[in-house]
Amino acid sequence: MQINFEDERPIFAQIADGIEDAILTGAFEESGQIPSITELSVSYKINPATALKGISLLVDEGILFKKRGVGMFVAPGAVSRLRDKRKELFFDHYIKKLIEEAKKLGITNKEILEMVERGYQE
Amino acid sequence: MNGIEINDVSKTFGDTLALNQVSLTFGPHKIYGLLGRNGAGKSTLLNIITNRLFADSGQVTIDGLPSIENDPAQNKVYLMSEKNLYPESMTCDEAFKWTKQFFKDFDLDYALNLAKQFKLNTKKKIRSLSTGYTSIFKIIIALSVNTPYVLFDEPVLGLDANHREMFYRLLIERYSDNPFTAIISTHLIDEIANLLEYVMIIKNGEIMVNESCETLLSKGYAVTGTITQVDAFIADKEVIGTDVLGGLKTATIIGSINKSTVPDWIEITNLDLQKLFIKLTNEE
Repeated sequence: MQINFEDERPIFAQIADGIEDAILTGAFEESGQIPSITELSVSYKINPATALKGISLLVDEGILFKKRGVGMFVAPGAVSRLRDKRKELFFDHYIKKLIEEAKKLGITNKEILEMVERGYQE
Repeated sequence: MNGIEINDVSKTFGDTLALNQVSLTFGPHKIYGLLGRNGAGKSTLLNIITNRLFADSGQVTIDGLPSIENDPAQNKVYLMSEKNLYPESMTCDEAFKWTKQFFKDFDLDYALNLAKQFKLNTKKKIRSLSTGYTSIFKIIIALSVNTPYVLFDEPVLGLDANHREMFYRLLIERYSDNPFTAIISTHLIDEIANLLEYVMIIKNGEIMVNESCETLLSKGYAVTGTITQVDAFIADKEVIGTDVLGGLKTATIIGSINKSTVPDWIEITNLDLQKLFIKLTNEE
């Protein structure tokens, strides 16, 4: 799990994102246990309250669940739920920015599509 | 009432006003950063809490108990200070045992375990320790003492990067296992910024910031662009500092950001605690 705190969003949101990424790439498996609040706090040198806030966000969304006295686990079905959520954000996070930059550089709609084709083929 | 409450405390040394009507509360189970430039009054405040100095006016209570000459109150607080209060001919081992006499919850096994981790030879006399190992010796006691309030005055003085990392890791582990209030006064702000839940900034004996770290950092932002662009953008905003590098200008702004009004060519970044601290405490 990689987190770069240069980002402009609050740290707890970045912790939640980092865990989401790790679930999507399979580093944290469904039904598997994830690091404890203490382990997260120690490895990222953050206040345990911040780590807890990030984890709670994912518990509320049903991505993680807590087994009392044991620890935090990835919920079954978390991957597909995360994919759906990320797909909804894909347009806002990537496509809008792509078009913005393309306009600045004078890249046409047709040229973008060609590049996308090329990207998929490589 | 739980917590350390400081009420209207003032202290002068000769004609220097070290603390000017300071009021603040350190609540239970939180990690505080007590930040300030050299001579701002941080150590004076910590020394007043622990009876090493006495205030000219005002009161301090610890979990509701008056702090002055009051053992039940003072037994709840441990100050790891710059000054070494142990007799210098004492060895580390003896000092650990001595601490146990004063603080009954001091965990000797844990202290010896930490000494091993830090490779501190506990047979050595305290006065023969290097600056770094003197800090390590004091850190070990502070982490083993198990009082509800632990005050760290410059804990990482003289520590190398590896030992600083160890200290931060142990502090988090200790805090997670058994929450206590940690008040940390340090100049290495970048290193502990993410560890702090609350931030207090002292300037010239007065509290200028007393806030949750997250709230504080969400109060502003920084923008970078060409000088003309940035000047136009900040004209109607509260700017607390600017830096110019070649044709580029960075301005630190207090206020909420409306992203739709920010021109494309201006880059926005988060406030970071150390930069904010420098801007707020620079003398004009």
